[in-house]
Amino acid sequence: MKSPNLRNAYGEALVALGRKDDRVMALEADLGKSTQSVMFQAEFPDRYFQMGIAEQDMMSTAAGMALAGMIPFVHTFAIFATGRAYDQLRNSICVPNLPVRICGSSAGLSDFGDGKTHQSIEDVALMRAIPNLTVICPADAIETTKMMEQMLDWPGPVYIRINRNDLPFVTPEDEPYSIGKARLVREGRDVAIFAAGVMVSKALEAATTLEADGISVRVINVSTIKPLDRDGVIRYAAGVDAIVTAEEHTLIGGLGSAIVEALRGEAHAPVEFVGVTDRFGTSAERYDILMERYGLTAEVIAATAKTVLRKNDK
Amino acid sequence: MAKPDEIRRIQRIACDLRANVIRMIGVGKVGHVGGSCSLAEIAAALYFSKMRIDPNDMKNKDRDRFLLSKGHTVPIQYAALIEMGVIPREHSSGLKTLEGNLQGHPDMKTPGMEAVTGSLGQGLSIGVGMALALRYKKSPARIYVAMGDGEIAEGQIWEAAMAAARYKLDSLTGIVDRNGFQATGSTKDIFEIPNLVEKWRAFGWHAIAVDGHDVAAVLEALDEAEATKGVPTVIVADTVKGKGVSFAENTSAFHNASLTQAQYEQALAEIEAAKGALQ
Repeated sequence: MKSPNLRNAYGEALVALGRKDDRVMALEADLGKSTQSVMFQAEFPDRYFQMGIAEQDMMSTAAGMALAGMIPFVHTFAIFATGRAYDQLRNSICVPNLPVRICGSSAGLSDFGDGKTHQSIEDVALMRAIPNLTVICPADAIETTKMMEQMLDWPGPVYIRINRNDLPFVTPEDEPYSIGKARLVREGRDVAIFAAGVMVSKALEAATTLEADGISVRVINVSTIKPLDRDGVIRYAAGVDAIVTAEEHTLIGGLGSAIVEALRGEAHAPVEFVGVTDRFGTSAERYDILMERYGLTAEVIAATAKTVLRKNDK
Repeated sequence: MAKPDEIRRIQRIACDLRANVIRMIGVGKVGHVGGSCSLAEIAAALYFSKMRIDPNDMKNKDRDRFLLSKGHTVPIQYAALIEMGVIPREHSSGLKTLEGNLQGHPDMKTPGMEAVTGSLGQGLSIGVGMALALRYKKSPARIYVAMGDGEIAEGQIWEAAMAAARYKLDSLTGIVDRNGFQATGSTKDIFEIPNLVEKWRAFGWHAIAVDGHDVAAVLEALDEAEATKGVPTVIVADTVKGKGVSFAENTSAFHNASLTQAQYEQALAEIEAAKGALQ
């Protein structure tokens, strides 16, 4: 039985890539136990570089490795990868379009205890705005593994947003996977919910409760946030009476924004967003109660869907 | 010790590079004259003597690499690559133009460029990454990173300095172009960083102070850097901002400025005269 933990899935997949290709190198800024890059360190000590608590240097160092023909994987928390080292990520890596893989670990609110300085609710907005950068966010451990396999030869830089915790399995193991494709995880007629990461499982839960009320819901896993599968989004948005987006991220500039950007110029049902309103995170004793406080639950998704449907009736 | 003929050859090339810089920037177009001219002897020594590079094989995996962390003075790097025939001379007029081939800061689309730099403080880290990767591949390549004395106020430089020492990167050589001026004034007035040589030593580097316009001393320092094992080496090069163009010397006025027709002609005449004196 595969572990439902995304960090473990990430660490194991990185080791597998290391075995497959000796261009794979890993860099860490002293969070290796959290990011699980320590698994790679144990097997490939000569391709593992502890850079100390110096994320900016680590990011540009990865650029240098890529320029010398390697495929470096950079590890730190999402907040530091995308915030503290933003300029290095943008200029050293994305401008020259280098094959650096940036692992933003403990993303979203998933580092529940550490609070607002360590929780990243703006990273997707920041990363999405940078040309050349692919932005992906797995919904479960299975998808994490498949993404990692594809990342090896994916052109240009990639930012992968990794949740710290165990997440329910929502993607089928035997389904072929491709970065860049939005995937239907549940078919329905009345409402389309576009979700990413942890919110895919919440959307599926919401779909089950809405079904009991006679509302048929389709759920789409948008695990590649950039480049967005625009054709897929338009196709899955067609024919429903309400569209809801769900993300563990600020409502400004994240998945919801990306979906509306994709639908611009197309006739579509009314859209509402579920996500973090314009505020920072906070510490909590458990992930579930923090998600509840920030309105990132199946109940809120279901209620939001009903609200949009009611508006549409008028 | 390099032979006198060899030293004179490099000195004359340094004059050619300065002339290339002035022609590239031209009349009425804003460009980084001062910090380009202060690096002329160092760039000439590296590109035309020290570095193992083949103008016809600039993608060779084992080539030595030059990174201009102080990327705004990229005209001096273009000047060297033009002189080597890597960048076509006719591209010179395209500096910082919409349709031209020479960006205002180092860009990978230009032949011979090794990295994107110019957001200050990032070049040394990129050099660390190259040195780590190339050591893993058992490549003999050496990495040279030129930094500005204003630039090194960036904390990332010192993060990279610690990493390079931590990983004993003796294939990495840093060069600080200590011309004493930054964008808006002298480094003394703006942000003085005292005891520079001692600082690098404290960070675990072998540090050499030289006159950055003394070609023999620069070549000797580069050889000493290569011979130094187990630690990275930094060459703190005392230079004159705007060297070789009298009105641009020792001032921040030509850090990034345009030349009048008269200044342009004077600059080229002075550089030509200096080259002539080296016959």
